[in-house]
Amino acid sequence: MNGVPRKRGGWSWWYLLFVVQFVVALWPPFYNKAEPHLAGIPFFYWFQLLWVLICAALTAVVYFATDD
Amino acid sequence: MQDVNWVALSIFLALFGFVTWLGFASARWRKGDLEEIGEWGLGGRRFGTIVTWFLVGGDLYTAYTFIAVPALAFGAGAIAFFAVPYTIIIYPLLFLVFRRLWHVCHKHGYITAGDFVRGRFGNRWLALAVTVTGIVATMPYIALQLVGIQVVIGGLGVTGVGIFGDLPLIIAFVVLAAFTYQSGLRAPASIAIVKDVLIYFTAFAAMIVIPIELGGFGKIFAAVPAQKLLLAVPGSNTTGAYGSYATLALGSALALFLYPHSLTAVLSANSGHAIRRNAAMLPAYSFMLGLLALVGFFVIAAGVHDMPAYAEGFKRFGNNFAVPALLLHSFPSWFVGIAFAAIGIGALVPASIMSIAAANLYTRNIHREFINKNPTNKQESQVAKWVSLIVKAGALVFILFVPTQYAIQLQLLGGIWIIQTLPPVMLGAYTRWFNDWAMLVGWAAGTLAGTLMAISTKLTPSFPLALGGYTFPGYTAVYTVILNLALAIVLTPVFNALGARRVPVDATVAADYHA
Repeated sequence: MNGVPRKRGGWSWWYLLFVVQFVVALWPPFYNKAEPHLAGIPFFYWFQLLWVLICAALTAVVYFATDD
Repeated sequence: MQDVNWVALSIFLALFGFVTWLGFASARWRKGDLEEIGEWGLGGRRFGTIVTWFLVGGDLYTAYTFIAVPALAFGAGAIAFFAVPYTIIIYPLLFLVFRRLWHVCHKHGYITAGDFVRGRFGNRWLALAVTVTGIVATMPYIALQLVGIQVVIGGLGVTGVGIFGDLPLIIAFVVLAAFTYQSGLRAPASIAIVKDVLIYFTAFAAMIVIPIELGGFGKIFAAVPAQKLLLAVPGSNTTGAYGSYATLALGSALALFLYPHSLTAVLSANSGHAIRRNAAMLPAYSFMLGLLALVGFFVIAAGVHDMPAYAEGFKRFGNNFAVPALLLHSFPSWFVGIAFAAIGIGALVPASIMSIAAANLYTRNIHREFINKNPTNKQESQVAKWVSLIVKAGALVFILFVPTQYAIQLQLLGGIWIIQTLPPVMLGAYTRWFNDWAMLVGWAAGTLAGTLMAISTKLTPSFPLALGGYTFPGYTAVYTVILNLALAIVLTPVFNALGARRVPVDATVAADYHA
């Protein structure tokens, strides 16, 4: 923008935040446990729900940091 | 079965009547010429961030999802939670890949994945493969939405014999078909807003009220049998449940946006910004879906499965009756009416978008390509409208005359089939290195192998791949798309060297893929 030529639509290092989302979500040994419980909910369930929220935040960071 | 629940039924009908009116009225929303396929079938690509959020959310998180995921948790336990990692990893894909597709489709006026593949690779047979796969995979998906409606109608106590038993479903479908014909994509877009408000209301009320009634989450999880609570830890020579869980999530995620109805909703957005913003906003639905999966455990803890009042429902609909039974058990009638309306309307939205998507595909990539090469705008939109009716009628006939189990199994096969369009569509968004005929061979091999593997596992999603003394149980779609890709990669240089006919012109250029 502002007439400054920028490489657009290419790779950005911010996309590594997506890789983090993938690796954690697709590696069940990491979260397949009951302890610690949170409000009576086993770790397996509350962690994955929390991870949804964290991933949304990470995606928002990438949104603000990169061009369309 | 229980008697007709008049309070719930009245509220259900009132809400159903309201969205019917809304569906017809939305023809005038953000007015466009509905005799043009881009207006009828993509809403004129006018939807901003918020409407896109509702539309894509209403499209992807279908009524059947809200019935089936808790039903799976109820029946099979922790494995059902794969829906959460699945719906986590779809959004990076949306952000990166489908944003690029949105840009290129916007620049070239492409309406379907078939249009894009035709333009990108210049091979109408490859485009035909993508098109036919899309239509065939969508049909059982529409039928499943009807299952969602059927279950809540049954839950309301509306039963009958013969034609009268099916009448409510037939009426619901005639209404759906009529407003889709009239208003195109604008109808499900406006109804999605109502549906989502109802769904969020229902989901959060259920998450608060039912755990209190049952004495807290600690008691609920204590009632869940230990083998359902966590994934089974794999033995020494296998990746076991971990492999199934991760590949189910990955394969379902890769397949999701390849479905025609997903792409239709994505392409109707008015900017790449709207797509990217939604990648961060749509996880709200994933969070809700995760919460709803827990409802399967509420069902176990509440013990509704063993209550005589619901025995007939479970007998008729199997575990899919788990959610309706729990709602009936836990809530007053007026709330049940709202909740069931949320599910019923939640079936109309995706069913409408799916029929539009299939109609767009037929019209653009079969009719226009092979039958009438130069249709007027009016002819083109008229064909699409008729096809949307035919597709829905087909789904209705299927549900009325074929056991529900077949629709579920066909939908499973549909996931395996649709993922085979990944190389030309998703990778095509980045490169045209692949030889078009090599991709066609990969597609055919993946489709054939996937079908055979699914049949060999009696139409269950997980295939026990055995390699060198190890077993890797995993989602058939993932294994077969790897085969598909490997063939496309190996055959590309071979076919290029043999001089297999390559159309030299790529209708798109690199700059088309971003803002």
